[in-house]
Amino acid sequence: MSTTNPSPVGQPRRTPLYDRHVALGARIIDFGGWAMPVQYESILEEHKTVRQAVGLFDVCHMGEVEFVGPGALAAVERLVTNDVRKLAFGQARYTVVCYENGGIVDDCIVYRDHAERIVIVINAANIDKDVAWFAKSVEGRSDVTFRNLSDDFGLIAVQGPRAVSLLQRLSPEAGFAQVKSFHFAKTELLGIPVWAARTGYTGEDGFEVFVPAAEAARLWNVLLEVGKDLGVKPCGLGARDTLRLEACLSLYGNDIDATTNPFEANLGWVVKLDHDFIGRPALEEIKANGVARKLVAFTMEGRGTARHGYDIYDAETGGNKVGVVTSGSVGPTVGKNVGLGYVPVALAELGRTLFVDCRGKRVAAQIAKPPFYRRSAI
Amino acid sequence: MSNYPSDLRYTKDHEWARIDGKRVVIGITEFAVHQLGDITMVELPKEGESFRREQVLGTIESVKAVSDIYAPLSGKVVKTNDPLRDSPETLNEDCYDEGWMVELELSSLDEIKQLMTSEEYAKYVKDHS
Repeated sequence: MSTTNPSPVGQPRRTPLYDRHVALGARIIDFGGWAMPVQYESILEEHKTVRQAVGLFDVCHMGEVEFVGPGALAAVERLVTNDVRKLAFGQARYTVVCYENGGIVDDCIVYRDHAERIVIVINAANIDKDVAWFAKSVEGRSDVTFRNLSDDFGLIAVQGPRAVSLLQRLSPEAGFAQVKSFHFAKTELLGIPVWAARTGYTGEDGFEVFVPAAEAARLWNVLLEVGKDLGVKPCGLGARDTLRLEACLSLYGNDIDATTNPFEANLGWVVKLDHDFIGRPALEEIKANGVARKLVAFTMEGRGTARHGYDIYDAETGGNKVGVVTSGSVGPTVGKNVGLGYVPVALAELGRTLFVDCRGKRVAAQIAKPPFYRRSAI
Repeated sequence: MSNYPSDLRYTKDHEWARIDGKRVVIGITEFAVHQLGDITMVELPKEGESFRREQVLGTIESVKAVSDIYAPLSGKVVKTNDPLRDSPETLNEDCYDEGWMVELELSSLDEIKQLMTSEEYAKYVKDHS
């Protein structure tokens, strides 16, 4: 994206939509080296918009890489913990990528384009690290070419119960309603070739639309214009965080990182040990021995908001520090303050009360069944 | 566009003070409210507690951040705006009247001259944002 919207030297990078955010009055923050909108008017309003109508998110900062060639599928299979071997063309799968020791390099979505091409979307803050890791994993292979396409792709998330209606307005024949969850359609919007993937990071129905970086701003503007009566609003990273937390979707750098393994992070479901991948021996051992700690979801029962990095105790006074909060905020839709944190397995039982140290005050928190929010069936 | 009433005095930490003799009502400025975004929780001191100037007297949480409120002047708490505990969003709507936070009885009038006027505060905000 540096090619389409150069940022001043030494400043955070700008997405192709940066000028739109400024024009819309967004508050811009530095997020992982990117100048991104944290909110336009109100995080709570934007949150509600996505739960009840439809919101647009600039996720152009996320990275896209491709593996092309007869060995593409085998190369990706070796990189990711989930099983991608039976992915159909046009199908996508959430997975993690692990180090040899089972620590998490990144979490990502793998998109199978055709027999010889796979695209992976990776976290913005991890692009350099992932690209180096991926490139190393295909070293010496002549049957696959690996490329970083992050500067070529724009990505706009269209999220909420009216996402299908909004996209249909631009292309009634594209059949957005028929695209299954974790599948994508190659189609056109405004004559622009796009991938419309039924994926997202909000716990709501919706799409993530891959668009050439140079066309991202035009598509963004038109979506906001034609969706006015549907209640469409631009939404920032603030709402993105409260939405994903209510849905208990992991945030790399908060809930998962190189020091956490997928089993303790409740991501055992994306680890398929019946195929060969980097980190498998370590993960087999972790699975056999069991984990020492677990990521739990909790609701705050007393007055207090848990935040990333707050300590968790086993008693209101005295007692021991037993864990740490990895994510926490208000849960606007669930109507309670909610959070995620690691605690010893012995304490990780539903209904147990623990105490979060909110700036010197220990506030009761009850372990809850994730997710906090699940949308009703369509 | 910013609104800093001229009958109030201001601190660098973005509190305002409405001074009436030895009594002073305090709150946070429109600039502070804007910086915080949606306010979700307000913690106020108890009546009878005493604070020195610049001591932490309460806490404001928004969706994204936690901020301390500092006593703009030294004194004893004589009244608190308790409805804010249940409807903290009042601060987003009206930070100068309905959104007042605490009333103090001043222990010294000398400190008042250390506060900024609305013009000084407006300039301060402009220079620091």
